[in-house]
Amino acid sequence: MAEITTDMHGDDAFEDGVRRRDFIHVATLSFAGVGTVAAVAPLLVQMAPSADVLAQSSTEVDLSPIQPGQAIKVMWRKQPVFVRNLTPTEIAAVDAVPLSSLRDPQTLAQRTKPGKSNWLITMGVCTHLGCVPLGAGPGEDRGPYEGYFCPCHGSAYDPAGRIRKGPAPKNLEVPDYKFSTDKIVQIG
Amino acid sequence: MSFPWAKHYEPKSDFMKWVDSRLPIPRFVYSAVGGGYPVPRNLNYFWNFGFMAGLALMIQIITGIVLAMHYDPSSAGAFLSVEHIMRDVNAGWFLRYAHANGASFFFIIIYLHIFRGLYYGSYKAPREVIWLIGVLIFLLMMATAFMGYALVWGQMSFWGARVITGFFSAIPFVGEPLRVWLLGGYAPDDATVNRFFALHYLLPFAILGVVILHIWALHIPGSSNPTGIEVKEEQDTVPFHPYYTAKDGFTVVLYLLIFAVVVFFLPNIMGDPDNYIAANPMSTPAHIAPEWYFCPFYAILRAFTFNFLWIDAKLWGVIAMFASIILLFFLPWMDASPVRSSGYRPLYKKFFWALVVDVIVLGVIGKLPPNQPFILIGQFAAIYYFAHFLIILPIVSRIEKPLPLPNSITEAVLAKHSSTSTLSGDLAAQPAE
Ligand code: HEM
Ligand code: FES
Repeated sequence: MAEITTDMHGDDAFEDGVRRRDFIHVATLSFAGVGTVAAVAPLLVQMAPSADVLAQSSTEVDLSPIQPGQAIKVMWRKQPVFVRNLTPTEIAAVDAVPLSSLRDPQTLAQRTKPGKSNWLITMGVCTHLGCVPLGAGPGEDRGPYEGYFCPCHGSAYDPAGRIRKGPAPKNLEVPDYKFSTDKIVQIG
Repeated sequence: MSFPWAKHYEPKSDFMKWVDSRLPIPRFVYSAVGGGYPVPRNLNYFWNFGFMAGLALMIQIITGIVLAMHYDPSSAGAFLSVEHIMRDVNAGWFLRYAHANGASFFFIIIYLHIFRGLYYGSYKAPREVIWLIGVLIFLLMMATAFMGYALVWGQMSFWGARVITGFFSAIPFVGEPLRVWLLGGYAPDDATVNRFFALHYLLPFAILGVVILHIWALHIPGSSNPTGIEVKEEQDTVPFHPYYTAKDGFTVVLYLLIFAVVVFFLPNIMGDPDNYIAANPMSTPAHIAPEWYFCPFYAILRAFTFNFLWIDAKLWGVIAMFASIILLFFLPWMDASPVRSSGYRPLYKKFFWALVVDVIVLGVIGKLPPNQPFILIGQFAAIYYFAHFLIILPIVSRIEKPLPLPNSITEAVLAKHSSTSTLSGDLAAQPAE
């Protein structure tokens, strides 16, 4: 019935064919839409980590007590970080693995700081679903690849923290860190 | 709604007449669960689980509300407040054991209720929507149970929450931000336990609402029955009250008896002892397994240990696990057989029982540690699960030749009676019901 140009309600068509009522409909719905989005946004963003959770401090680790072959767990952002002192044999074994055989190909050198390739610092969080793998604590099962072993669904990591077997897709994540001195590392 | 011979509500007193003419709730109840709701006369005990599920939901809501009065939803206080309920709160141990075991019992009932539907083809036209709403209820129950279990904040709670929310990080690109958003942090903490508590309180009421829709949808065609043929005339049905209120009442008493035995004498039989250790974000228990009712799905999640096509193992596991449930939404359209009840589907019946065994195998594998040969068994069982719904069921329902159906429910009932009476010899002269 758009042809009717004049009716009782004053819905006169302008030259460009837009009726007043069309304009009002569009304007009303647009304002209602924008308003709804604006009102829903706080409901969604409140779920994200709050300021106090985000304001995580960085953690300092003293490396001097960690003997070759040993590893420790430290807490950072409420999650464990593994700090491991690799033995020369472990380094040699890890370097001998052809990259093409890896699921997430990375060399040990890419995962450590230059000249510090014995210090492997990774998140202690399995890249599958987030369990803490075994192997950093004394006497824990290091799994078939002598690195870390996740008991949850059986992911096995090598001494460089690289995924070798099981459902995890990625190597253990290397967090941001720097050597403040030769024996002190600052994570975060 | 309902059959033409359904009786209408007649107020017995002036008071009820007064109420009914102003707010017709008495009329509504009468034709929903009273003498005005005709139900097939031949239902067997598998039709009692819906009523018991309703009871189980009420038990969860009531015990849950009182537990909430003593619970502290914070990462430092949650575990301690649960111990406080167990040791200090008057009758707290009873309320907690009833709520914890009540959840397990709820799932036992629901699994039987679902398999009843699978065996008797209750999901077929005209009851598809009842089935769809049922699957939705099942999903909501799983979400509720998962978040409730996390509230205890023991080792299994914490690592269960960590692993389940870890699923979301498998989604490409948005996965990790989504996981952090869901948790309100990088690992489960105060924000997580608080929001889980809010939602665990809310969802059962959502379930209650959806159950009402479930029963509303049920009341349009009325209940199916073990023969799967439609009600044709009045003698095929009996009024819900007193026949099925009495029959449901009987199994309610049995249910409560068994429930009481478990709550009072075996309260931890279905729980994991590791959950009596407070949550420790720095160390995962040597073996984590979900509560038994999630185990079949957990086994499917773990079945993918290798990358396949361009999708990695982790994402496959998550897809397979969700797909195993979402699949049920399509069931009414995958089964092409016009015959509902397995009693008349000799071939489908065999595969039904194979599926039951398969789901039990998956459940056992889900509880066991991820070693060989369990991994391999789990993989075969997971493949079979999907094969049942996606290959076997569509084919079987098209090629199978069903047995002849009885002409009516009444005929089926009487035929059964006369055959048992010729066997036992002396029941022939039974009075009519
Ligand atoms: C809180 C959970 C639930 C409650 C309280 C509930 C309640 C009921 C009740 C009272 C009935 C009628 C009595 C009976 O046939 O047993 C019923 C029927 C039915 N339910 Fe449920 N139910 C629940 C969950 C489910 C789930 C998870 C499914 C399937 C996935 C399901 C599928 C069905 C079907 C298909 C029927 C119709 C059965 C027939 O008439 O043959 N229900 N439900
Ligand atoms: S969380 Fe480590 S294998 Fe699943």
